[in-house]
Amino acid sequence: MYNFDYTKPTDLSAAVEALGTEGAVAMGGGQTLIPVLKQRLSAPSTLVDLSAIDSMKGIRRMGDMLVIGGGTTHGAVASSADVAAAIPGLTELAAKIGDPQVRNRGTIGGSLANNDPAACYPSAALALGATIETNQREIAADDFFQGLYTTALNEGEVITAVKFPIPTASTYQKFEQPASRFSLTSVFLAKMGDGSVRVGVTGAGADGVFRHAGLEQALSSDFSASAVDGVEVSADGMSNDLHATPAFRANLVKVMTKRAIAALS
Amino acid sequence: MSTISITVNGQQKSGTAQGNTLLVDFLRSELKMTGTHVGCDTSQCGACVVHVNGESVKSCTVFASACDGAEVTTIEGMANDDGTLGIVQQAFHEEHGLQCGFCTPGMVMSIADILRNNPQPTEAEIREGLKGNICRCTGYHNIVKAAQSAAATMAGARQAAE
Ligand code: FES
Ligand code: FES
Repeated sequence: MYNFDYTKPTDLSAAVEALGTEGAVAMGGGQTLIPVLKQRLSAPSTLVDLSAIDSMKGIRRMGDMLVIGGGTTHGAVASSADVAAAIPGLTELAAKIGDPQVRNRGTIGGSLANNDPAACYPSAALALGATIETNQREIAADDFFQGLYTTALNEGEVITAVKFPIPTASTYQKFEQPASRFSLTSVFLAKMGDGSVRVGVTGAGADGVFRHAGLEQALSSDFSASAVDGVEVSADGMSNDLHATPAFRANLVKVMTKRAIAALS
Repeated sequence: MSTISITVNGQQKSGTAQGNTLLVDFLRSELKMTGTHVGCDTSQCGACVVHVNGESVKSCTVFASACDGAEVTTIEGMANDDGTLGIVQQAFHEEHGLQCGFCTPGMVMSIADILRNNPQPTEAEIREGLKGNICRCTGYHNIVKAAQSAAATMAGARQAAE
């Protein structure tokens, strides 16, 4: 690992200022970034540790929204009674990320900003129609994810909070790659108050997380496993690696969607 | 280089670290506390698990600088004050929960964390809680038994105290 200056500001404005230095990189919990630094794939001049900014932590209910601070750990989300009451799918999702030690450090903001194609949180943000709040603006999840490891975030822009509309029902069905415990193909399914159903898929797409319009349409009119049978999920655009072929992943999208329906029935 | 002060197992310790010094390297090389092991250095094996401010973490994936001022508990802090084995350690001894012993410091720290959050875990919960710890020797059965036996001992101690 190359060396860098380490700084741990305690408020957001100091963090944003530090991120303005040439070559500065932000770190949430570091559970992805530290391994990346070890591989010398990143060489920051200054590492700005965001983990001491209290205003970016915590979970609160605001009307029909659940607001989770960008610096909130997966462990805090997994054990929150407020999350379990409002969006049980998020509890399932957070509790299955990595292992207990990773969950004690890794943060929701870090996960979304990194946009790993096999990360869990992006699927929930898309399926729930979340709003990503930064130090500069608010970004709709549908506009936020822009391909592998690519997001709408500008240089020096920090995710301060994520606002999730509270659905009437939600579940996360994860098919994990057992060695890495990332998603091989996982589905976040949300039933919204207006009766619509939204399906976020992670781990499968060659361009990263996506919503499946065909499944959403079919399930919004008929919430059943047989409705899934009638939808064609194409292998085109699915990723291909030694763990799974595009066809296998396309099939898993349907299987995990059916498991989601079963979990909510 | 900057000076880092950490309370390790209740004792104030300080040493110097670069920005990129990992907590595990600070513990082992700077403080000469070599009970915490490095198995993989890639956050997979859990040999390096310690507790920082009461939460279990992989010390190969945390910077020493991030722990300045923190309370850290390592395997060296798990024995009783008189030097005899602590409850989790004793359970590993009795249940034959180790063979080469390389993974054991991390296993003991993870199990202590599991039992603190959930004093009476099911077997499935123990196995789930040990997801981040890899053992190349034992096949895990006796490690799980050690966790169960430690849970029972702690429950007995709690009952006796009531
Ligand atoms: S040495 Fe830290 S997880 Fe293996
Ligand atoms: S006892 Fe040898 S690695 Fe676990």
